Amino acid sequence: MFTKDQLIAPVLGIAIAMALLVATPAGATAPPAVAEPVAEKSKSTADHSKFEELDINFKSGPEVTQACLKCHTEAAKQIHKTKHWSWEYTNPVTGQKLGKKNVINNFCTSVTSNNSFCSACHIGYGWADDSFDFTSEANVDCIVCHDTTGNYKKLPGLSGHPNYETMEWPPHSGKFRPPTDLKKIAQNVGPTSRKTCGTCHFRGGGGDAVKHGDLDSSLENPGRYLDVHMDSEGLNFSCSRCHVTDEHEVSGSRYAVTAADEKGVLIPGSQDTRNPTTCVACHGNTPHPDKMAKLNDHTRKLACQTCHIPAYARSTLQTKMSWDWSTAGKLDEQGHRIQLKNSAGKVVYDSKKGNFTYDRYVVPEYQWFNGEVKFTLFGDKVSDDEVVKINDFQGDADDPDARIWPVRVFRGKQMYDKGLQTLAVMHTAGEDDAAFWGNYDWDKAMEWGMRAAGSEYSGELGFVSTEMSWPITHMVSPKEDALGCESCHTDGGRLAGIEGIYLPARDRMPLIDTIGFGLALLALIGVLIHGGIRVILAKREG
Amino acid sequence: MERIYIFKRFERFWHWTQALLIITMMITGFEIHGTYTNLGFETAVEVHTIAAWALITLWVFAIFWHFTTGEWKQYIPTTEKVEAMMRYYLTGIFTHAEHPFRQTTLHKHNPLQRLAYLFVKLMINPLIWASGFLYLFYTSWESWGLGWMNLEWIATAHVIGAFMMLIFFIAHIYLATTGHKPMSHIKAMITGWEEID
Repeated sequence: MFTKDQLIAPVLGIAIAMALLVATPAGATAPPAVAEPVAEKSKSTADHSKFEELDINFKSGPEVTQACLKCHTEAAKQIHKTKHWSWEYTNPVTGQKLGKKNVINNFCTSVTSNNSFCSACHIGYGWADDSFDFTSEANVDCIVCHDTTGNYKKLPGLSGHPNYETMEWPPHSGKFRPPTDLKKIAQNVGPTSRKTCGTCHFRGGGGDAVKHGDLDSSLENPGRYLDVHMDSEGLNFSCSRCHVTDEHEVSGSRYAVTAADEKGVLIPGSQDTRNPTTCVACHGNTPHPDKMAKLNDHTRKLACQTCHIPAYARSTLQTKMSWDWSTAGKLDEQGHRIQLKNSAGKVVYDSKKGNFTYDRYVVPEYQWFNGEVKFTLFGDKVSDDEVVKINDFQGDADDPDARIWPVRVFRGKQMYDKGLQTLAVMHTAGEDDAAFWGNYDWDKAMEWGMRAAGSEYSGELGFVSTEMSWPITHMVSPKEDALGCESCHTDGGRLAGIEGIYLPARDRMPLIDTIGFGLALLALIGVLIHGGIRVILAKREG
Repeated sequence: MERIYIFKRFERFWHWTQALLIITMMITGFEIHGTYTNLGFETAVEVHTIAAWALITLWVFAIFWHFTTGEWKQYIPTTEKVEAMMRYYLTGIFTHAEHPFRQTTLHKHNPLQRLAYLFVKLMINPLIWASGFLYLFYTSWESWGLGWMNLEWIATAHVIGAFMMLIFFIAHIYLATTGHKPMSHIKAMITGWEEID
């Protein structure tokens, strides 16, 4: 009937009551020893710099890939099956067609009609438009994930290629990037790392720290305070340590989140096909020591991240908090682009993009989440009467699969076709005369974008307020920095807005309190009057 | 003036330990309820829980003692002299009227005390204990077939019990000063010896 955890408190109480024993929490266990830091030196059995196949002055990325495929014959076929390649994902529960190719977000908004820029983060070469050959093995970019030199950079506008010639970068900066040394890079390939994954995932939304909030370049070399697992002096986890990867299929996806896993530890060798990229997969559902048994009760309602990631963007880098497209397109008197920066040097207004706000050490918002996400996709009816949820996290207190999650909510105002009542696909980036970032002509850019999305622009441009939610799951603090009880068990605490649960110290029945304290006060007044009379009478009698 | 030995050693130990634990639980309990911040929620919960188990243990011994010594009979309710007692507290006490009840070792509680203590033992305590126990083990409700229960009800029942205890506590402390002399009852509870008229 009782578990060992539950019996600790009574045993302790009895011990004190009888004043016989000095209470010692019986089950307190020492924290697990920290593993030795992973050595920097490659442990691979192959030294790629010794391979003749790579001793070539490669002219292009695809040439490198063809060399890779001579030995790694199945690699490209494996990549072809992944979201990294297709940018497509069909949610099996909702049936929604998702993936970067389909989703409209409230950052740069959409990939469609802007491929040559967006595909700087595609795991391939040459995706400029719909004519891209998704069956081509040579078009798979091996290097972007397996580079160890740090000198490989896919530049926006080159459709996923790095520069093969000397190129001014950033544009109009007066700085020049030499041609990419593909031979050296190919000879130094290795396992993926925080740095390689971060090439794209730290820089989503157009720059470092912009998009996720809990992923930015500070995680290339984080201290323990920033992420207890990725701590480069400690456990030094790579991304793939949790995002376990099989046949190039990387586990753990925002499109289909495992919000709760009641089955506990996923033992290596198990045939279970559960998502291995969860806290529970390693720590189980009762990870706290016996003396903190009460915390284990909380895993029924809370995601681990809720207490263990007290804030995100916990480095010097500011993450973007909002993006207002409706102010974009203003030019100075000479008709030139305007850029205004804040005191930290971050752009707060850009003619190309509108207004931004930033923050760091951001306290997440909290909400019930069962892992199911409903997106507002192209063609779904929207109006400016209400805030449009780009992606709506499902779940409530009664849902056994739901937990209270920390969420980053990115707020924005973005283009929509008022006539068609749909979020807009706009042509922002390109070398043509319609791209908004070159011409600042809303209608032209809208026309081009909407057509690329398979629709006809109604001619009526509007701006709609949007919210996009991101589960916060990286930047896990060391345990001593985890939230204490008082963060939520109080009035106006972090979970002030969470409905459907009774949260001690936050919740009470006001009527009961009024009656209870009222009667106690009356009793007190009563005895004071009664006692006062006795005292006065006693004094009078002397 | 006469002195009689009313409260035996265990009884006194029980009373004062219980008093300490109940005061501790009221202070920590209202903090857990969110009425104020004092020790901090986490410490308040820990102290409250340990005190609760300590009191349960004490109670096991106290119940055993009551039955083996026959002292439980002290709480058999009576309506005799209840009215006289009430009249005494309302008027007689101010005019030095004779106390309607005469303490003896066999009848150490006056009729109002009997009723009050019986109410504490049969109503307030069981309410607090049952709700507190369920509160503590709410994660086990489902496995006990009690999944239909609701934490809000249980917490509210527990708080109602706490308010009843608080009101009892106020009255109890005050009435402890209404003996032969203001300190008579309190001294008796410490030494065992009661001064009577």
